[in-house]
Amino acid sequence: MHLTKEEEAIYKGEFGATKQKAMEILVSLGDIYDANSLIPVDSAQISGVSYRTIGDAGLEWISDLDARVEVPSMLNPAGMDRENWSDMGIPAKFAEKQEEILRAYERLGINPRCTCTPYYIDPPKFGGHLAWAESSAVAYANSVLGARTNREGGPSALAAAIIGKTPCCGLHLDENRAPDVLIRVSDKLHDSDYGALGYKVGEMLRDNIPLFQLGSLPTRDELKSLGAAMAASGAVALYHVEGVTPESKSFDRPKERLSLDLKDIKEIYEKRSGSDIIALGCPHCSTDELRRISRLLSGKKVTTDLWICTSRWVKEQNPDLVRAIEMSGAKIICDTCMVVSPASERFERMMVNSGKALKYVPSLCGVDAVLATTEDCIRTACD
Amino acid sequence: MKIKGRAISRGVARGRALVTSKPISFLGGVDPLSGRIIEEGNELFSEIIANRVLVFPQGKGSTVGSYVLYQLMKNGVAPCAMINITSEAIVAVGAIISGIPLVDCLQTNPLDIIHDGDMVLVNGTEGYVEVIREDKDDKNEISR
Repeated sequence: MHLTKEEEAIYKGEFGATKQKAMEILVSLGDIYDANSLIPVDSAQISGVSYRTIGDAGLEWISDLDARVEVPSMLNPAGMDRENWSDMGIPAKFAEKQEEILRAYERLGINPRCTCTPYYIDPPKFGGHLAWAESSAVAYANSVLGARTNREGGPSALAAAIIGKTPCCGLHLDENRAPDVLIRVSDKLHDSDYGALGYKVGEMLRDNIPLFQLGSLPTRDELKSLGAAMAASGAVALYHVEGVTPESKSFDRPKERLSLDLKDIKEIYEKRSGSDIIALGCPHCSTDELRRISRLLSGKKVTTDLWICTSRWVKEQNPDLVRAIEMSGAKIICDTCMVVSPASERFERMMVNSGKALKYVPSLCGVDAVLATTEDCIRTACD
Repeated sequence: MKIKGRAISRGVARGRALVTSKPISFLGGVDPLSGRIIEEGNELFSEIIANRVLVFPQGKGSTVGSYVLYQLMKNGVAPCAMINITSEAIVAVGAIISGIPLVDCLQTNPLDIIHDGDMVLVNGTEGYVEVIREDKDDKNEISR
């Protein structure tokens, strides 16, 4: 890999041990993935934040670092709501460790906003290069916004933040952004159908790039749900939707084709009753989603626990919606979510409207999960 | 016997080889306190990787595995060096942040030529591996 004079000096340790390690990480990954050079990034988004995920091992490494990030950097969801952790049933010891992790990141100059939807706060530019780690945010940034990022790991995103660059390979390059397979779904889809479709397609494709021809016009929230599910059940980091996403016309249509119908998608919705928690907001809710949930909850009272996960930033932007939602007894949860918080573990079965949560809640929380439409989720919560 | 490879993580170390043909998940697969392999079904189950030259195809599982390597190092029970068939990001990053020499892409498959207990030198700076046989001049060090 070709390094500039300055990069070479960092690699030799002339800018301190932390920057040297960060550069070593980038150079080695560049070698592994055949990059010729490093490329500057506009921002970084770092995973490995929840104490439940990284434990003392991660905390030790982050605490030992001594540098400042070179580009705006945000964090993935933590293991708890930083204000209402006690209400969530999080033990004080966990909260202490979690805060220690966030302080360690903050000391590096990282914005301790913990969200899987950083693009609501600081939307990346079309064509801009990023080093983002959260798989659903990677899918959204690449596909819906036309920015460019590989699926970074926690330490590689952090190394990119500290250097302000990432190896120029994979999805940073035009030639690797072309679709591999055309997927036609002519039936009308709505709401959670997109999460179910993503769940199904992710299992089929792994990390291939699909080009969808859809019979309905998805909203941005529906695209978010589609990409998040494909990134969870597979490793899809980029998809195109004809006539919808910004790069869908940039490439020839792939030869490999398949079609799916509503029946294939509906089989992802298994009907099992007896959910003791309903959780929405995977990925974190947008303002539009909060508005819709608030409308569905209007005049109702929640009888089963209902969590609505969003970023603290979106919550702060929408005090009226938050008030309206909380009047029903639903809980708005920030900085964390049903997938990464240990607070989920005490439940038996979780009803979700997200293909991504459907994939991860059983494996990461040991809690059974069922997929339903947002309307059905609200109906069940208020039954 | 000197075999050329690709330098992934810098540093030089030598030690006794511990060899598996199975990928290793450090998160959940290795106890960070003892350095013991705890993944059932792995042929090295219950072996201790501390101060060994760990030879395995590549990492697998959670990316948090990188941090587990760091924790092993902090606890003094990390491998002294590693050799992969082809490294992936989890082990490469873990080795770099922990200062463990790592070489991959050897000219000969390491699983064919390195056996448990062989004395092996790993040069992660220049990118080569040396298998030191008993009949060479290292006899004293080799004898148990």
